[in-house]
Amino acid sequence: MQALIEIDRLNLFYGTFHALKNISMKIPEKAITAFIGPSGCGKSTLLRTLNRMNDMIPGTQIDGTVSIAGADIYGKDIDVETLRKKVGMVFQQPNPFPKSIYDNVAYGPRLHGITSRQKLDEIVENSLRGAALWNEVKDHLKRSAFSLSGGQQQRLCIARALAVEPDILLMDEATSALDPISTLKIEELAQELKERYTIVMVTHNMHQAARVSNQTVFFLNGEVVEYSETEKLFSNPEDQRTEDYISGRFG
Amino acid sequence: MSAKTADRIALSVIIAVAGIIMLVLAALLGYLLYRGLSHVSWHFLTSVPQPFRKGGGIGPQLFNSLFLLVLTMIITIPLGIGAGIYMSEYAKPNRLTNFIRLVVEVLSSFPSIVVGLFGLLVFVNLFHLKYSLAAGALALTVFNLPLMVRVTEQALRSVPQSQKEAGLALGLSRWKTIRSIMLPMAFPAIMTGTILAAGRVFGEAAALLFTAGMTTPRLDFTDWNPFHSTSPLNPFRPAETLAVHIWKINAEGRAPDAPEIAAGASAVLIIIVLLFNFGARALGRAIYRKFTATK
Repeated sequence: MQALIEIDRLNLFYGTFHALKNISMKIPEKAITAFIGPSGCGKSTLLRTLNRMNDMIPGTQIDGTVSIAGADIYGKDIDVETLRKKVGMVFQQPNPFPKSIYDNVAYGPRLHGITSRQKLDEIVENSLRGAALWNEVKDHLKRSAFSLSGGQQQRLCIARALAVEPDILLMDEATSALDPISTLKIEELAQELKERYTIVMVTHNMHQAARVSNQTVFFLNGEVVEYSETEKLFSNPEDQRTEDYISGRFG
Repeated sequence: MSAKTADRIALSVIIAVAGIIMLVLAALLGYLLYRGLSHVSWHFLTSVPQPFRKGGGIGPQLFNSLFLLVLTMIITIPLGIGAGIYMSEYAKPNRLTNFIRLVVEVLSSFPSIVVGLFGLLVFVNLFHLKYSLAAGALALTVFNLPLMVRVTEQALRSVPQSQKEAGLALGLSRWKTIRSIMLPMAFPAIMTGTILAAGRVFGEAAALLFTAGMTTPRLDFTDWNPFHSTSPLNPFRPAETLAVHIWKINAEGRAPDAPEIAAGASAVLIIIVLLFNFGARALGRAIYRKFTATK
């Protein structure tokens, strides 16, 4: 498999706190890569460097390179908005806009300049189908997004992200606020989505990583301890700390 | 004393305090309306004041108050919202922005008579605006701007971070995120704050004594060309507002029915301010519902 994202000797500081230490890795395209590790290990921070959401936090300093499809995303000629269009994100808490279901999905495309009603209808339907939500909401697209259940809201957020046609989908503990059945639905959805998108997910749930991902990266204190095929990492870890973590001895 | 008794005593004290406040408010309102309403009539609301005879009205003053309010808001709203957006979304936390915030705080607690004197020195004399609606509107802007900035800043800050992130993560620029996601969500609060500020402006007298002036020229209510000197819409004419009128009648009114006129005008003022307040809430709620598709 070809690497879509390449991270090379990345260091990140929040003020004086060294949050990511000398991280290098390659993330393959059209697969699911899971970041696991205890709270505060840097897995979410790394995820957020991939669409530059850390830019908003004052005092963040970065060195090393992160490139996507060969382009350094922290380079001078990179347009952050274009980058974020290509790298969609789904957050821990479902965060639909306080608008109708339709408007939530049509939001990104509209603001990126698509005005044709027909085209928008098409995008909304495709995105909602892509997020496995279409059949549940097709008859009341005008209803408020808040009328949906938590799991449906999260799939709506996925649909919203898909509507701007990203290549990569980042999922930041996207199921941790959901019940088990909704979680399962999102996991199944992730399996379908990886046919077309590169997915990077942060999860605090090791079983989830084991169930859905192709590669798993184990983080500890801002460092990568182990990065390998998911099956191998969970059945036959190389590092003692990985084994301790996955067998539940800490974390 | 047991915890339960202490709890009960605290509760009764709190209820008593709340009750006293309610009572004072109700008594004040009741007294003003009781004294004033009997004097309010269509004739009173539309006719001109009579300096020495009975039967004068408050027509021009009422119009002046409303028109001055509109002028003030035309200046205040864009400035206040712009500065509020800057303070909440763009300003980095450093000494300059802390200083700006301090200035805003100080400005908002300025005595309005001082603002009025400032207006006299700067707008009336220095800018040669004379006693005019324009000078009054600028003075009221000084008085009102801090409130608008704070209202906007707080309204934007109360928009959940997750909504902002959702917008940015879709590849929207910062400004598009602010404009299309945050401002609509903050709008009801900004709207409410604006109308409350409007109520304050409407009742303001001290800042206007030396800026908008204490006289109104003869107005021709059939001439709506703002460039004519007798047109009500001319922003460069002096204009005595309702609140100033109340003060003037009480201080130096010669008409035999001056106390009644003052009472009637006060009742009208109070009612309009109350309308602003209730209107603000209703409108804020309605707009929020429209924007958010909640039923």
